[in-house]
Amino acid sequence: MTDLTSLTLAEARDQLKSRAISSVEITTAHLEAIERAKALNAYIVTTADRALRMAGASDARLAKGEGGPLEGLPIGVKDLYATKGVHTQACSHILDGFKPTYESTVTANLWRDGAVMLGKLNMDEFAMGSSNETSYYGPVASPWLPPNWSHDQARAALANGKRGLLTPGGSSGGSSAAVAARLCLAATASDTGGSIRQPAAFTGVVGIKPTYGRCSRWGMVAFASSLDQAGPLARTVRDAAIMLRSMAGPDSKDSTCSPAAVPDYEGALGRSVRGLTIGVPKEYRLDGMNAEIETLWARGAEWLRTAGAKVVDVSLPNTRHALPAYYIVAPAEASSNLARYDGVRYGLREPAADILDLYEKTRGRGFGPEVRRRLLIGAYVLSAGYYDAYYVRAQKIRTLIKRDFERVFSEGVDAILTPATPSAAFGIGEKGSQDPVEMYLNDVFTVTVNMAGLPGLVAPAGLSSEGLPLGLQLIGRPFDEETLFTLGEALERSAGRTSLPARWWA
Amino acid sequence: MTTDPAKARLVKGATGDWEVIVGLEVHAQVTSRAKLFSGASTAFGGEPNSHVSLVDAAMPGMLPVINRECVAQAVRTGLGLKANINLRSVFDRKNYFYPDLPQGYQISQYKSPIVGEGEIQVDLTPEHSIKVGIERLHLEQDAGKSLHDQSPTMSFVDLNRCGVALMEIVSKPDMRSADEAKAYVSKLRTILRYIGSCDGDMEKGNLRADVNVSVRRPGAPLGMRCEIKNVNSIRFIGQAIETEARRQIAIIEDGGTIEQETRLFDPTRGETRSMRSKEEAHDYRYFPDPDLLPLELDPQYIDALAASLPELPDGKKTRFMADYGLSPYDASVLVAERETADFFESAVNHDGIKRDAKAVANWLMGDLAAHANAQGIPVAEAGLSAASLATLVDLIAEGVISGKIAKDLLVMLLGDDRGAEPRALVEARGLRQVTDAGVIDCAVDAVIAANPDKAEQAKSKPGMLGWFVGQVMKSTGSKANPQAVSDALKRRLGI
Repeated sequence: MTDLTSLTLAEARDQLKSRAISSVEITTAHLEAIERAKALNAYIVTTADRALRMAGASDARLAKGEGGPLEGLPIGVKDLYATKGVHTQACSHILDGFKPTYESTVTANLWRDGAVMLGKLNMDEFAMGSSNETSYYGPVASPWLPPNWSHDQARAALANGKRGLLTPGGSSGGSSAAVAARLCLAATASDTGGSIRQPAAFTGVVGIKPTYGRCSRWGMVAFASSLDQAGPLARTVRDAAIMLRSMAGPDSKDSTCSPAAVPDYEGALGRSVRGLTIGVPKEYRLDGMNAEIETLWARGAEWLRTAGAKVVDVSLPNTRHALPAYYIVAPAEASSNLARYDGVRYGLREPAADILDLYEKTRGRGFGPEVRRRLLIGAYVLSAGYYDAYYVRAQKIRTLIKRDFERVFSEGVDAILTPATPSAAFGIGEKGSQDPVEMYLNDVFTVTVNMAGLPGLVAPAGLSSEGLPLGLQLIGRPFDEETLFTLGEALERSAGRTSLPARWWA
Repeated sequence: MTTDPAKARLVKGATGDWEVIVGLEVHAQVTSRAKLFSGASTAFGGEPNSHVSLVDAAMPGMLPVINRECVAQAVRTGLGLKANINLRSVFDRKNYFYPDLPQGYQISQYKSPIVGEGEIQVDLTPEHSIKVGIERLHLEQDAGKSLHDQSPTMSFVDLNRCGVALMEIVSKPDMRSADEAKAYVSKLRTILRYIGSCDGDMEKGNLRADVNVSVRRPGAPLGMRCEIKNVNSIRFIGQAIETEARRQIAIIEDGGTIEQETRLFDPTRGETRSMRSKEEAHDYRYFPDPDLLPLELDPQYIDALAASLPELPDGKKTRFMADYGLSPYDASVLVAERETADFFESAVNHDGIKRDAKAVANWLMGDLAAHANAQGIPVAEAGLSAASLATLVDLIAEGVISGKIAKDLLVMLLGDDRGAEPRALVEARGLRQVTDAGVIDCAVDAVIAANPDKAEQAKSKPGMLGWFVGQVMKSTGSKANPQAVSDALKRRLGI
């Protein structure tokens, strides 16, 4: 029997439709794989009963020749999404015991289209982190082994607090690890500063952060409202296209959600790259840049040129201001968005003498150190006397960044090619323990896209000399995800499908 | 002796005259079925926490969506205040922690309000009015309610009000006395009620004011102000201003200085108390709400709302004076409530006949108003239809009943004979006034015969006529036409 968990989402879809396999079979195979991979800590909750119930219902629909575009396909859900009656905590202690009475629009869209829910995936607390280490539920181990590690060595490390193992990136670390480890066919993720794209690059999978407003934010626990966007992680560009088509769409419950109809993204695959102009921004070439990343970037440009695209140098002069401006805007919004976690109505409530004591104890104990740090930064930059110097200036920079992109696109550039991350995946506990900025620097190539509200896709582009996945990022015009899928598939074809990591944990 | 109005409103202190400067921030609850950013009901008096949506309770991942009706109400109000409507306004977050504020922020319009500068004409007397400038009007969410009296150890929270739309209407510091401030609030309330954007019910807290008070020597620069929070009746607004002005004057005259602070008015003790000083003031960390797009309005949309506005009190008053020949006083009283004004007009014009407007106004503002006030209900709801009032006035004009009988008739119509047709009731009760000369002569003769001494005196003292008219009216059960009685008496007494 074929390994059902190694199928791509598109393959599984076709085999379900032809009745070669059943949803219950493929769902069961994934539930078993999840059980065996518990030590990776990708899932924090498995919803096996619900999964099998949904799979059974899908099989019944498929038997009648009915069913939606995702009928019977088992997927994982980032803990950021509200799932009715199921643990939803954004991996924070402050939402202790919270089970919403409502379903997020994005997940509701997925279930409407027939997808099967396997469980909730680990993530950085409130999506604040780049390594999944800020999760209340502990870090996730990447299925990719550190260079020259044996399977035995890795299994021993798993049993020993994951020391030395690699991070799957963050904040969607549970999602990226689960997709790479074949613990789901695809997963929902979210991206505020790179939380879909960096984990995709670290684990050799495909991730797309669509244009701001393409997916509804309703029912997605908010981090930074003007930057947050839902998106999928999947093992192929096609799978990501299929997922995004179902996730996206208008929603009257989110004022910032676009009313535009969702195109058939899968239809963009296989379109010719000939005639497209790809911009390569010189400002993304950083001092002391990892040589391997630079080579990868040049190789990616070459692949697209060979495929018929025109590659031109472009300039995005305000790029260097993006990271500092992002680390003002995002914490500012977060400091306000997270004010609702006060111990009064739901989640954690620490015993306290009075209301102030309740706030202090609940929030002091409920939020982890990284979240607390960002809330303090956010409150500071919004406070009287500092607002103009920080928040207002950061918003001005944001406008300049947006204009940079608008100018480049107006000059005839169809998409921009950049590295996804400054390096391959790093080890758990390796970064940020002394200086949080070290961790923030991971987002240097990705935050500009959120600041400008543009779509960004990361596709695997090969392995480093140490055998770790590396990704490239394509940035597109607003609501032109189709071009990104076309180009992403061209990159994928040129790079050759990255082999999946061996199941050393099982 | 003449009084200079500017001088009359000065307050006498121990060391000389003081001028009181007042500005008001009125919070008016928007009349709408649903809340400002959620679909939950705004109905008053529900079980605690029965009108609370997921958005109001600030559940994770919930997002606000603007209620178009509340926007329309704010624009209509702005137009009623002769104010600039801003085509682009922005919702900000005002951040602070409080249990009745689930989001941890209030969505309000801080830097870019929906309505800019406007003006209200405030009548201090029927002839004398002042203009009070409007600084701005913005939309914001109301908070919930903390209940501290339900348990000895805990506080409870009711979120029914949480998220209900409020209009904050900020005046310029254009008022110079408690009376002016009171007149301003009642005029503002009248305008809101005309437009239908706020019911103005102060008992339910649907209209309340933050009162800013400062004092200065006449002509001197503005003094330091104190803000008295959340005063919830027009009477208390007046008391709070007077109390606070006296407090400030006393401090300054004692050589002290006024600290900028927020105070509370305690009506039972008749004093204002410090709530928090400027140093303790919250830093609200305002910033634009990223969950909401800027509110952009189309000029055509505003024109359409302007076209749908009802006639407002100032216009109505002018028209009542011009069309019906009413005095400024009568016109002011009648237009204070839109329903009263409408009642007046339908009575005057009932059945397509234009009758004596002054007579209608007198009945409305006299006996009918007295009856309604005694019951604490609006005149238009007292139980008499405009048609009945019109008929009553007609019956007097036609000489069918006397004014005295009309008063009795009105009592019947408002009491046991509620809903009866006045003309039919006059017939049924035999109230028709007696004009038959024979009948009246008989009654007159009887009275003269019974009082021969007085009849003799009357010949030299014509002032006695009144007494004789009274006696005849009494003997005819007030049904005789007083004019006919008077004429007959003069004839018989030879005066």
